[in-house]
Amino acid sequence: MLLLVPVLLGVSIVVFMVLHLSPGDPTEIMLGSQATQEDLARLRRELGLTEPLHVQYLRWMGHVLRGDLGRSLWMKRPVLDEVLHRFQATLVLTGSSLLLSTLGGLALGLASAVRPHSLLDRLSAVTSLFGASMPVFWLGIVLMVVFSLWLGWLPASGMWAPYGGGDLRDLAAHLVLPAVTLAAASMTIIARLTRSTMLDVLGQDYIRTARAKGLIEGEVVVRHGLKNALIPIVTVVGVQAGYLLGGAVLTETVFAWPGVGLLMVQGILARDFPLVQGCVLVIALTFVLINLAVDLLYVYLDPRIHYE
Amino acid sequence: MNRRLVRNRLALLALLVILAAAGAALLAPHLPLRDPDAVDTPNRLHPPLTAGHWLGTDEFGRDLLARLIWGARVSLLAGVATAGAAMLIGVALGIVGGYYSGWTETVVMRLTDILMAFPYILLAIAIVAGLGPGLRNAMIAITIVGFPIYTRLARGIVLSVREREFVEAARALGSPDRFILVRHIVPQLLSPVIVAFSLDVGAKILATAGLSFLGLGSQPPTADWGSMLATGRQFVILSPHVVMLPGLAIFAIVLALNLVGDALRDLLDPRTYPR
Repeated sequence: MLLLVPVLLGVSIVVFMVLHLSPGDPTEIMLGSQATQEDLARLRRELGLTEPLHVQYLRWMGHVLRGDLGRSLWMKRPVLDEVLHRFQATLVLTGSSLLLSTLGGLALGLASAVRPHSLLDRLSAVTSLFGASMPVFWLGIVLMVVFSLWLGWLPASGMWAPYGGGDLRDLAAHLVLPAVTLAAASMTIIARLTRSTMLDVLGQDYIRTARAKGLIEGEVVVRHGLKNALIPIVTVVGVQAGYLLGGAVLTETVFAWPGVGLLMVQGILARDFPLVQGCVLVIALTFVLINLAVDLLYVYLDPRIHYE
Repeated sequence: MNRRLVRNRLALLALLVILAAAGAALLAPHLPLRDPDAVDTPNRLHPPLTAGHWLGTDEFGRDLLARLIWGARVSLLAGVATAGAAMLIGVALGIVGGYYSGWTETVVMRLTDILMAFPYILLAIAIVAGLGPGLRNAMIAITIVGFPIYTRLARGIVLSVREREFVEAARALGSPDRFILVRHIVPQLLSPVIVAFSLDVGAKILATAGLSFLGLGSQPPTADWGSMLATGRQFVILSPHVVMLPGLAIFAIVLALNLVGDALRDLLDPRTYPR
């Protein structure tokens, strides 16, 4: 846990610096072009922008630690409230994408490893190459055109139907296209890694022993094979979770999914820096916690690993 | 060695695609193309294969073929330049962090840890938010976000090579550090770094296109594949080609780069033979 402190400190410094790198003067954005020089100077003093950078950072950090991320210049409400509200939508999207990519990737990878060079294995290789080369936002638009505009099967954007709806079925229907779009690339990566790790594991002596003692193939593959291949797979799933959180920004923009990613892009275009800072901080924090969870999961998966 | 590359016909085809795209991009000013920024509203949103416009026109009546080829200049340049800059910075830091232990190593590795604590594209977006939208700033952001991978790669190799006998022998003979680095360590880095770079150019093209798609990269009217996709999105129902063509262009070039990168890896890194 303590190892997290320097990383979190670094993350907070980077997030803070992002605001202060900006060439524009935030007071001009807040007061508009009509403001006089005196007004600007007074607001700058009030906001503490005339103080040295490290003093500003420490004061900002003090507020952040007390859960105060400032007020959005654009929405005129506390950043934390808005970000947490939108974060639920992002969690629904990335969570279901992660589930989809992990289950799909595992299934595809296992099937390819059990029968290497089969048709399915070759198809999976081609798809993974395509998945790594396709811009996620373009895939989203293509899926949207085909499944909602041409076929009319699924809603094209948003999280809920504007009228009626509001139940789980409505949410699920809206979730399918963004979740598939976001999951596609990750699924192919997890599938390739599962395949190569499983091929390594299935060549081990203890697998031969398991087969020799007459276990059925399914049990050999899952109980003896998959269990020992899980560590690298869990690592790549953790990395993919971070990728999904980042990719959500693009996917949410394509599908107008009301999450933190879309909020952040809107915040950037409105030059609402406290809002952008809040979004980046919350997503980065989530990513750090996911990495921690992955590290802790290693201990569970492999009792030989333990942390001091 | 070369024969194996030739045998990999797919990679050769991919190489041809890359060369054709790069050639067209370089020669764009001399090709018989229409002005990519010339607005011609009466002829807007023509489908492909219209007379005078092979690939049709966009929402302002601009010729899509011309915009795609001029856009290739921006996208390819952005991919190669950001991957190149990230590689140079990352490898240099990795060598320093791997060869010199002590505080240099600590500073370099903590810096990369912190940068890697962010989801890749998120940090790039945050940096562009600070610097302000624009192609140059987007490229700076992607370079900053991209170099830690090279630092990790280079440091890992340097750490293992540093302890090998030939480096120890060189040190025992009294060779200065700079000589050991240039003569013995950098050559060991070449093939893994070349492979990583070749696979990275495609990823960088995708990242730049992503930022442009969000309105944070190249600004209108500059033709760039990502921003063409973003503006064409509003017309996708009536004229899907406005979105499909730039998307296909990105897809084709990144796919080709990945194929060549994979082939290079098979060629240069014998440990990863395809099974």
